Amino acid sequence: MKNTNLYNYILGIADNSLILGQRLGELCGHGPTLETDIALTNISLDLFGQVRSYYQYAAKIAGDDLSEDTIAMMRPEREYVNTLIVEQPNTGFAYVIARQFLFDMYHFMFLKELQNSSDETLEAIAKKSIKEVSYHLRFSSDWVKRLGDGTEESHKRIQNAINDLWTYTDELFHQTEADNIMITEGVGVDTSKLKEEYYRNVSEVLKEAILEVPDLKYFQKGGKQGIHTEHMGYILAELQYMQRAYPNMSW
Amino acid sequence: MIQHADIDTELIPILDQVSDPEIPVLTILDMGVVRYAKIVDDIVLIKITPTYSGCPAMDVIADDITAAFKKAGYEVNIDLVLTPAWTTDWISEEGRDALEKYGIAAPLEADADKDALLGNKKIVKCTNCGSQNTKLVSQFGSTACKALFKCEDCQEPFDYFKCLK
Repeated sequence: MKNTNLYNYILGIADNSLILGQRLGELCGHGPTLETDIALTNISLDLFGQVRSYYQYAAKIAGDDLSEDTIAMMRPEREYVNTLIVEQPNTGFAYVIARQFLFDMYHFMFLKELQNSSDETLEAIAKKSIKEVSYHLRFSSDWVKRLGDGTEESHKRIQNAINDLWTYTDELFHQTEADNIMITEGVGVDTSKLKEEYYRNVSEVLKEAILEVPDLKYFQKGGKQGIHTEHMGYILAELQYMQRAYPNMSW
Repeated sequence: MIQHADIDTELIPILDQVSDPEIPVLTILDMGVVRYAKIVDDIVLIKITPTYSGCPAMDVIADDITAAFKKAGYEVNIDLVLTPAWTTDWISEEGRDALEKYGIAAPLEADADKDALLGNKKIVKCTNCGSQNTKLVSQFGSTACKALFKCEDCQEPFDYFKCLK
């Protein structure tokens, strides 16, 4: 492979969307109402669409026999480099919304910067995706406010979800070796510069939702190094089943 | 800003036969997804761009284009391009009319769209009775490109094609 760093950098972006898309896909037919069911699966579809663009590009860089499908479905767990937040389970609607909101805010801010990438393909994907992600962020922010400023029960649930998932937010801004090299080359986004604004933006929405901003000193990490939570294996089992059972099958 | 597509006039009648599988009243030209169509060395080169990244209609559209050109005796080569990214500004006037007649409210301008989707203003017109007394039911409708509205006067639910810029 000619450009391992670029390849790894692309996976670092795309794996988040793949795993979150898969998580949201689990809700198909199980959303609390028809409208939220459709909304969440639409978001899932957007993420999968974006993932295809990223993996197609990664496959082109990798050459060999790699395709978007083998990248998506044939890697062992340790080779997935998504952040831990996106693999967290659909514990309840409040968790689904909190996870979505905490990720969407990051995703939106990240894509905004990726539009300035010196890499033309990444620039194009970012310009396309950000339009979709702005709708995701609007949807999840809206629901955080509705739940937070809703009933006593909904307030309690979304606050619990935010508190529980907060520990995974710091990792969004960790940078790997590939990230650092891509930043130096003008291809990647220096996410460390986004961190402060991220927490400020998130806090604003939480305050509007009359929710408390968690005060946490210790954060979880590891996803970007391929060290995942116990939930990851189950996601991959479902994601990879067809390709493992019937190698090279296609629709 | 509207970027005009680069399409050979003689190819328009063939492209006009292909419609969006999700919204059959719109041709792909009305949708603005065809960005380039030219005959180069006897081969028809076509560039299409997706409305949304995950739009499942794109594969069908590519197949339908291939079939239409084969029937007309052309060899065709289709490329999917992402840039410049598709915008609802590329939907033609005819396309907007067809959408409304089909029961899908055409996209508003960006600011108005935001107001409509945040529920700040009642500005999306009911495609059934024309009333502006409408309510957002969900920001995501039957497909990724649409939001679901309901008319509070005639009680009919209808889709609104979201502004994308």
